[in-house]
Amino acid sequence: MLRNVSLQVPAGSTLAVLGRNGAGKSTLLRILATLLRPHAGEVLVFGEALPRRGFAVRGRLGLLAHDPLLYRDLSGRENLSYHARLHGVGPERVQEVLDVVGMRERADEPVRLLSRGLVQRLAVCRTVLHAPSLLLLDEPLANLDPAATELVGPLIGRDCGATRVLTSHDPQAALAEADIVLGLEDGRTAFVTSPDNVDPVAVKRLYA
Amino acid sequence: MKTVLTVLRKDLLLELRGFETLPAMVLFAIVTFVIFHFGLNQDTIDGQLAAGVLTVTLLFAAMLGINRLFVAEREQGGFDAFLLAPVDRSALLVAKATALFLFLVVLEVIAVPAFGLLLLGPSLGHALPGLIAVLALGDVALAVIGTLVSAIAVQTRARDLIGPIIGLPLLLPALIGMARGAGPLLAAHGSSSPPGRWVAILALYDVVFALLSYAVFDFLLED
Repeated sequence: MLRNVSLQVPAGSTLAVLGRNGAGKSTLLRILATLLRPHAGEVLVFGEALPRRGFAVRGRLGLLAHDPLLYRDLSGRENLSYHARLHGVGPERVQEVLDVVGMRERADEPVRLLSRGLVQRLAVCRTVLHAPSLLLLDEPLANLDPAATELVGPLIGRDCGATRVLTSHDPQAALAEADIVLGLEDGRTAFVTSPDNVDPVAVKRLYA
Repeated sequence: MKTVLTVLRKDLLLELRGFETLPAMVLFAIVTFVIFHFGLNQDTIDGQLAAGVLTVTLLFAAMLGINRLFVAEREQGGFDAFLLAPVDRSALLVAKATALFLFLVVLEVIAVPAFGLLLLGPSLGHALPGLIAVLALGDVALAVIGTLVSAIAVQTRARDLIGPIIGLPLLLPALIGMARGAGPLLAAHGSSSPPGRWVAILALYDVVFALLSYAVFDFLLED
């Protein structure tokens, strides 16, 4: 449940959402992704009111959730080709993103045989396949080692060019990426501020 | 249409990889015929009894496919992935119903000859064109209603229970139409064409539920 959450995210900037488990981070992302219908309040994405105008923003956003949204019995390439066709993207883009994350050699193996780190790389590929203008990233670096984190950087990192809303259990890493920081506590806004003005005590209290 | 083909192709690929649905449906149907063979204590059956045994067996075999139709979407995030794409949501209904229809056709290609060998007295030869027409119309009803029911059931914890509880009453008119349509075809020296009344009822039932499913399917996908 989210209550009293009000903020604007300018295009091209990064909002980091902090809070402990169950604070409402994933719920916020699912509402922005048009997957959850808010019971009250107003949500605008690209200036379009959700959920009524959801169809106008789908396809312009990419969601990297806890679940990779990949079929386990299909290979990485088959999964990405399926998503590419749903988004009207050509097959050359599939190869392009696989190359960026270093998955060319493992792309034809069934997803169920891949490690969590490799699955997360594929999930990153799925998220950015259609070059979305808004990235909704729920713990985007989960299961990724430092080398893999570097590989996915051009696709979902600070310089990827998209507006980003990201959640993290690691406040320091999130603050380093953010232009705006939202602290959530039991679904309510604890603070909205710039990373430079974040009170370390308030952040510590969020995770207490 | 492109989205329907994309989802359908993915579903068929998943079935080819996993072989989780079709083998279960076929095996269930054949084992049921064997059980009927011993349970009825008759070497052969014909007419309305044969039609009843065939259509009830196909209906229960179809329930296995119906229960599994959306499992991969639910358990592996396929629903969310589809809802995030800028596509018409009813494409999922059409693709899933088409996949289920194809599963039923494959089931019947194996199960009907097996029924002819294990239980049916009269030869299938003269009845085959009429039987294909009746089964095809019945399959459309099973596929459309089955897809609708599966989309509802998969959102619940007790999907294996909810599927039959909702699905079987809705499918009962289709079962009656299939059985009454096939009865005269499977009789000794029976007709070579199904009764027009039952064919018309089956066709009408198909059209009504296709329209109804199209109208409500979007709402079933809402979280």
